[in-house]
Amino acid sequence: MSSGRERVLARVRRALADVPRDERPQDVRVERGYLRVHGDRTTARTVDLLAENLADYRALVHRVDAAELPQLLKRLLAAHGSRSVLVPPGLPPGWLAAADPVLALVPDREADTAYALDAVDSVVTGCAVAIAETGTIVLDGGPDQGRRRITLVPDHHLCVVRVPDQVVGSVPQALERLAPGRPQTWISGPSATSDIELNRVEGVHGPRTLEVILVDGRTEGQG
Amino acid sequence: MSGTSGTYLGMPAFPAAARDAVRNETLRGNLRHATHTIRDKRAKAVAELDDWARLRAAGRDVKERTLRHLDHYLVQLEESVTAAGGTVHWAADAGEANRIVTGLVKRTGRSEVVKVKSMATQEIGLNEALEAEGIRAYETDLAELIVQLGDDRPSHILVPAIHRNRGEIRDIFRAEMGSWGRAAPAGLSDDPAELAEAARVHLREKFLRAEVGISGANFMVAETGTLVVVESEGNGRMCLTLPETLISVVGIEKVVPTWRDLEVFLQTLPRSSTAERMNPYTSMWTGTTDSDGPRAFHLVLLDNGRTDTLADEVGRQALRCIRCSACLNVCPVYERAGGHAYGSVYPGPIGAILSPQLRGIASEVDASLPYASSLCGACYDVCPVAIDIPEVLVHLRERVVEGGEVTRNGERVTIKPAKGHRGERAVMRAARWALDHPGALRAGQRLASRTRRIHPKRLPGPGRAWSDTRALPEVPAESFRHWWQRTRGGAR
Repeated sequence: MSSGRERVLARVRRALADVPRDERPQDVRVERGYLRVHGDRTTARTVDLLAENLADYRALVHRVDAAELPQLLKRLLAAHGSRSVLVPPGLPPGWLAAADPVLALVPDREADTAYALDAVDSVVTGCAVAIAETGTIVLDGGPDQGRRRITLVPDHHLCVVRVPDQVVGSVPQALERLAPGRPQTWISGPSATSDIELNRVEGVHGPRTLEVILVDGRTEGQG
Repeated sequence: MSGTSGTYLGMPAFPAAARDAVRNETLRGNLRHATHTIRDKRAKAVAELDDWARLRAAGRDVKERTLRHLDHYLVQLEESVTAAGGTVHWAADAGEANRIVTGLVKRTGRSEVVKVKSMATQEIGLNEALEAEGIRAYETDLAELIVQLGDDRPSHILVPAIHRNRGEIRDIFRAEMGSWGRAAPAGLSDDPAELAEAARVHLREKFLRAEVGISGANFMVAETGTLVVVESEGNGRMCLTLPETLISVVGIEKVVPTWRDLEVFLQTLPRSSTAERMNPYTSMWTGTTDSDGPRAFHLVLLDNGRTDTLADEVGRQALRCIRCSACLNVCPVYERAGGHAYGSVYPGPIGAILSPQLRGIASEVDASLPYASSLCGACYDVCPVAIDIPEVLVHLRERVVEGGEVTRNGERVTIKPAKGHRGERAVMRAARWALDHPGALRAGQRLASRTRRIHPKRLPGPGRAWSDTRALPEVPAESFRHWWQRTRGGAR
């Protein structure tokens, strides 16, 4: 194994014979003249833009006050015909309080196989951050989001974004907030493909229905 | 299940392959429709960002910094990945990479793997190597699935089945899905949504039982050890998170120095490739994570001609490529000839400069690729990392014609001029001699003028191909030099 390593590294060094020996990586100039965020927006406008861009890529967007969230979740799950819902370990308990009596709440357990997850209708999570300019929600495995597989196998994903706290304008601003060491999933609309004649078709392997709920203010159970 | 990636040995040179392709009207129609659709959408997505030119320059700079100090960043990446619980392997060539991956799969005791679309594993012919060891590799990207089921070859970087229209895809699904697993539903139509649904159902069982996943990566962050896979369908997420073992085969040029550098490429890549503000799914992982995703993660760093490319100071810029395929979509030659004519998993303008550098120009097809261009420059204009493809094409043409010093498999070697260009070189030498000897030139011109009535319409011998497509200039009754001597420009 180390022989391959030494061989490749020696080749790289020979190939770079033209690079002065005393040149350091930071001596190669990177001009970061690009914008941190595109356009000057109020916080409210940034949230509106997030909603627009999410909807543009066929996510279903809902906006509610914190107090209405449990009823909305109950209604959306019922409308989708869901009988069971996956629950990340740290999901604020109040969120599914209204849905609880009607639906089977399935806790995310490590022992559960992918087949078990496939039998569950929906999943409800929070998120780490949402990006307005691109209509993206980012999951980083936080307690209210759970393991990556639970937002992948069920066909219906309900994601709650706390606005405006969790919303940033741009990709650079999102990366600043995120910890690289955590496994991340960036989601921009439901699963899609452009593989047939380069036309976008929604709905392949990931959840075919993505509902994003923008919740104003602090929500129940958020301390 | 043979030949889905293929090594393309014995491929005809580009002109011969292209000649057949341009006669195929279905193919031309499919390509024209697809490339024009995406071309306009890309232009719109790019126009949304008024700092596009600056993002492009920054992307170029980040890649230049990386390439000029590639050894530094690879060692740093290895440390970061190892510290995060991953295992790093190094492969100097395709054979070594295939042996490493095959060995890793065998150690899991499994005989099937699910694959995320990956250019690197196609380049090394991994599926064939696995098959030879009794391991079945399932392609899970929709277009790769179409290619695999159709026992076909990919013809586009982003959409390997771009040469197939919806009707052809339906026929392939109906005929082949059953022998690979779950058959296509009865009465499957050519509606794209129905076709996507058929793929979902067909692959579902494979994802759910998968124990080993194989992927490439779009980016590897040296500073943190994070790998990034950008995709649309969710098949990537399936392969990256459900199996117990994940093996990623990644070209060494895919490293970027810092986490922050992703802010450039995550803006430029989706808009350049699928013309989206952001692709539906991007996965990022750093080594392994307790109870989330694979327990074992192996990173195979692949050279396979990349260091040879790096050794060429002009050609090196091809290694900046982030595989967006914008250059394919705008190329007038690609649009007409299609991807297969390039005889490589890397078609289009980027393929024309990458393949002859990764593989050398010893084969007929590789020596012909630098000529598969009109040098119109559209590829350079759309490239999100500002690779000057025309510059490299001209540089490689010079190498094909002149030969000279290059690096092959890590060694400096001197190559001879390619065969087909000996006649051209002889003509140029003769012309130089004649222009240096005015007496001889005069005699030659006089002779040409006096015999002009019996000149053939086409050149004989090696010049025939050249004059097949070009009209020979008519020789005047008197040369300019002679006319001037006689009249002093009409003064006499």
